[in-house]
Amino acid sequence: MSASARLVAIAAAGRSHRGILIAAVAGVLALFLITFPLYASGYQMTAIAALSMILGIEALSLIFLAGYGGMVSLAQTALAGLGAYTIGILTVSHSLAGDLIGFRVFGQAIGYTVHSSYPLWAAVLIALLVSTAFAFLFAVISVRSQGIYFLMITLALAMIVYNVAEENYTIFNGHGGIGGERAPAVGGVSFDPIRYPRPFYYLVLVVAALVYFGVRYVVRSPFGLALQGIRDNPRRMRALGFWVEGHRVAAFTLAGFIAGVGGVLYVWYYQIISPGFIDLTHTINILIIAVIGGMIYFEGAFLGALAFTLVTNFASSYTDRYNTVIGLTFLLIVLFSPNGLMGLPETILRLPRTLTRFRTVTLGPSIAGLGASFGLGPSSSQRDRPRETGPPAASGSSEEADRGINA
Amino acid sequence: MGDAEHRRMTGLVLVVSHGPSTDDVHSFVLYTLNGLTAGALYFLVASGFTLIFGLMRVVNLAHGSLYLFGGYLGFSAWDSTGSWVLGIVVGAGAMAVVGLLTQQILLRPIQGQDLRQALVTIGLSIVAADLLLAHYGGLSYQLTAPDAINGATTLPVLSGVVNGLSSLHMPDVIYPTFKLFVFGFAAVVGILLWLMLNRTRLGIIVRAAIDDRDMVSALGINIQLVFALLFALGAALAGLAGVMQASTTSITTGDDQPYLLASLIVVIIGGMGSLGGAAIGALLVGLVEQYGLAYAPTNAEAIIFVMMVIVLALRPQGILGRPA
Repeated sequence: MSASARLVAIAAAGRSHRGILIAAVAGVLALFLITFPLYASGYQMTAIAALSMILGIEALSLIFLAGYGGMVSLAQTALAGLGAYTIGILTVSHSLAGDLIGFRVFGQAIGYTVHSSYPLWAAVLIALLVSTAFAFLFAVISVRSQGIYFLMITLALAMIVYNVAEENYTIFNGHGGIGGERAPAVGGVSFDPIRYPRPFYYLVLVVAALVYFGVRYVVRSPFGLALQGIRDNPRRMRALGFWVEGHRVAAFTLAGFIAGVGGVLYVWYYQIISPGFIDLTHTINILIIAVIGGMIYFEGAFLGALAFTLVTNFASSYTDRYNTVIGLTFLLIVLFSPNGLMGLPETILRLPRTLTRFRTVTLGPSIAGLGASFGLGPSSSQRDRPRETGPPAASGSSEEADRGINA
Repeated sequence: MGDAEHRRMTGLVLVVSHGPSTDDVHSFVLYTLNGLTAGALYFLVASGFTLIFGLMRVVNLAHGSLYLFGGYLGFSAWDSTGSWVLGIVVGAGAMAVVGLLTQQILLRPIQGQDLRQALVTIGLSIVAADLLLAHYGGLSYQLTAPDAINGATTLPVLSGVVNGLSSLHMPDVIYPTFKLFVFGFAAVVGILLWLMLNRTRLGIIVRAAIDDRDMVSALGINIQLVFALLFALGAALAGLAGVMQASTTSITTGDDQPYLLASLIVVIIGGMGSLGGAAIGALLVGLVEQYGLAYAPTNAEAIIFVMMVIVLALRPQGILGRPA
């Protein structure tokens, strides 16, 4: 992917050759990813690379929402978890006990009992459907709120999913969760991550690439452009005749689908899903990955996930307090490099200014509105800036746009 | 809301077990009292959260960490001196200092950047949870309140009501004194906060600053001092709630998360930034949760969820919240 491409391009500052450079680096990176299993161990293929890509897919759904829709959602892990739970329920619970499809009202069973496992394609389809449907539901609940309110409401929704999974034994099997999900075996090829790391790696790679290019396509489509317009100035977009809430709901629903894809891969990798996989820590981890990667770069999702996976894997062998390491890293990035690792080169270039003002400016006009809606760049409204003398010069956002976001 | 609730429920079973299980009225009264006590604790946590949010637009996602840290420190102070009051003072006072330092060092430089501040507090909560686990381990910690507010109290009026409503002769309503104390304490704290906001000069400044902080600042008032004071107060309330919870049942590692969630739900339901909203939201959540645990034990969380969705659907800004 063009993650490194951008870094190199920025460092080289050879603007005229930028396109060629990006293509070259992307080609090298693609070649590296495709040939990776030739020289990597099974552990590196699954526990590092595949897991990074799975976490990256989940972070990607958040970056799509936050960076292009202005909605920082903390519900993505819960949505992924719902997809993973669906796989568990359909392929494990039913083949074991013959569970009830439906629900019980005062002990009365409504629905019917299935004793055999669902066919794989059906289970995957239903799992993605469940994630998408819940995303739609969550969106309808939370879409009228914005900014920090949206974050709080999605956090509350995510924690409720966690608590329901923890307390409910008839469907979610409570604290223990549902274990024993098998990765698929199609046409004689098993994708089991432990015994056959190579096929599993390629499966995840292909899915991650599809999601990555799919999302890139969406944000360049008319829908994606309208979404970015709504992110920057919902009031103006409404005046232009766009259905603001509709676009937000659609974006959140699509992000739920992406999270569901991540959830299905996740449960195939770990072969268990339990409330511990969707608790606050994991919810925050996805946010950490997105922030480390840089909230506006799709490549950053995977870069952030790789950094996160490496830190958790290797810091934990040096110290028990690796969560402290992660938390401090996260704090430093939030405080000093709001555009994450992807934005690090530009942050370093701007370091003198950052140190004198301790207030990081946005990167340019194209994302100025995003900076405002994030609260990352210029303050999100006049009233929030009591002692400030004028907005940073680099920002292209007008006060009118800022007010629109707050409205 | 996990462990904390399960522990409360265990306490509830002990209280109820002396009465006949067939008696609905008697149980209902006890469930209601439990709900009010739970609501009182939620109010203590959420009031600090909502004050900070209302004035500074800071969503302090480390609020649960302040709660847990305060509870731990309160326990340590009580454990080494034997003075419960000192435990309360230390828990609340230390958190005021911690909150003040957090606000001055980490949040003030990025003032006005809502989401970035929220992210900073998330980072803090991760570090805090890890360090607290390292130091205090996974044990449960419990303070014992002084004898004067410990033990059991018979509630004559409620007993009379229960007997009046029931055809059989019912045993008196007996309830842990400390839980009654917690409710009264939270009520006093709420009234004091209300008086502070509505009857003092500081309160006038705070309410004016919520509406237009630039103008307040332009009038020559040191708004940064007000921010610092309010943040310390909010943090102290979290620490206070931690010690109260540790005295009511106990606290242990991981308790920061359910109480952060409780604060979120309470202020979403009640209206963000509204003290009265926090009181109403806290009582609603406490009561619904305890009734849920009693009458639909596996769906208690789902019921709160449904309640939140209904409130959001009808009033997105919360019961007493003002439209953004």
